[in-house]
Amino acid sequence: MALDAGRGGLGANPLESLLLQTGLLALLLLILTLLCTPLRRWTGWTWPARIRRELGLLAFGYALAHLLVYLLDQGGLAGLPADIAERPFITVGALALALLVPLALTSTPASVRRLGFDRWTRLHQLVYPAAALGALHFYWGVKGDKAEPLLYGLALGMLLGWRWWRGRAER
Amino acid sequence: VAADQVARQTDELGDLVTPFALATSYNNFYELGWGKGDPAQNAALLRDYMAQSEPWTITFSGEVERPGTYDLADLLGWSDVQERIYRLRCVEAWSMVLPWQGLALGDVLRRVGYTSQAKYVQFTSVMAPDALPGQRSRTLDWPYVEGLRLDEALHPLTLLATGLHGETLPAQNGAPLRLVVPWKYGFKSAKSITQITLTREQPATTWSVAAPQEYGFYANVNPQVSHPRWSQATERRLDGTGGLLAERRETLMFNGYADEVAGLYSGQDLRRDY
Repeated sequence: MALDAGRGGLGANPLESLLLQTGLLALLLLILTLLCTPLRRWTGWTWPARIRRELGLLAFGYALAHLLVYLLDQGGLAGLPADIAERPFITVGALALALLVPLALTSTPASVRRLGFDRWTRLHQLVYPAAALGALHFYWGVKGDKAEPLLYGLALGMLLGWRWWRGRAER
Repeated sequence: VAADQVARQTDELGDLVTPFALATSYNNFYELGWGKGDPAQNAALLRDYMAQSEPWTITFSGEVERPGTYDLADLLGWSDVQERIYRLRCVEAWSMVLPWQGLALGDVLRRVGYTSQAKYVQFTSVMAPDALPGQRSRTLDWPYVEGLRLDEALHPLTLLATGLHGETLPAQNGAPLRLVVPWKYGFKSAKSITQITLTREQPATTWSVAAPQEYGFYANVNPQVSHPRWSQATERRLDGTGGLLAERRETLMFNGYADEVAGLYSGQDLRRDY
């Protein structure tokens, strides 16, 4: 993106292009984060679990960048409260980002020790609604051809569905 | 060369004309794809289709005195080709200033004649799913249909464009014939028109059917009426200057053409008729 911005490769409307790319990467990385655990289960590999934290933090970073590009495009914070209050599309996006904040803040091993593993795990289950709201934000935001947001939604649905199914099976 | 000479012209408000390269690389023309760059990338598909279906014809029907199918070349002889520099405000809150060449739609409609029953004008875009990839998905109900009230269609600002920046209208901009209604959001400007139908009833236009709460029939540029997902109070002008930190500008009522067109809507509630 930085390279594209430098050589004018972002096209006629560079902020719109950055907005789309940061949002897409945030959602993609969240989905990859959620893929780590099932991947470890299915394959026995341990590396997915080891990069999960980094993927999650990267997703949060892109979501934050997405907000910053949005604010840059809007020319500041002035319109944000009204946008969040009046436009469901923005409301769910803001909520998704807000849910990621405590997760990013408690992403260190020290936080796991401080909170205790069970409480930390329960807190970090907020990633499920965050990802779902992010996917809804994408779906509502796209005009016309909804194939791409539906694809992301399907991937997310499968990953969350797998957890639900496994949770039932273990009970 | 022609494109370069006019690149730094301005409109009557002193705003810079959008360069040809930019105006032909950032388009909404969903028959050629959903990305902003898709229409330019797929432009050859429409050009090939046009070459195969030469001559391009326009069929006039409905409440018309001389209905029939006319060659576009004949149409061009019906009135003088004019140059108009218009602001184009997209419903997505970006805008350009574009130098069009074309005919006043009113001249064309008076030439074919319309009956006293005619109240609306419907424009139907090209239907060629074999050639145009966007039409192979059912995301929209093809062909693309747009419409105007008759008095809007007859307004001297309303143009049937055949050229842009002194060049023959590029495929990605709606070749060979597109509507330009400068006080309305861009989606009203039907591209690659093949049929013009005078009707008694308000036409069912593509976007107003696909998402009625987002896109109304009138679609007049109006900073006070928000789109459900964003405010229409400001817009980003795409003229090749500014860059990432450029400020948005205030959107003008009727896109700055209020003096000319506000009278068309006197007594009408533009919040309801959005």
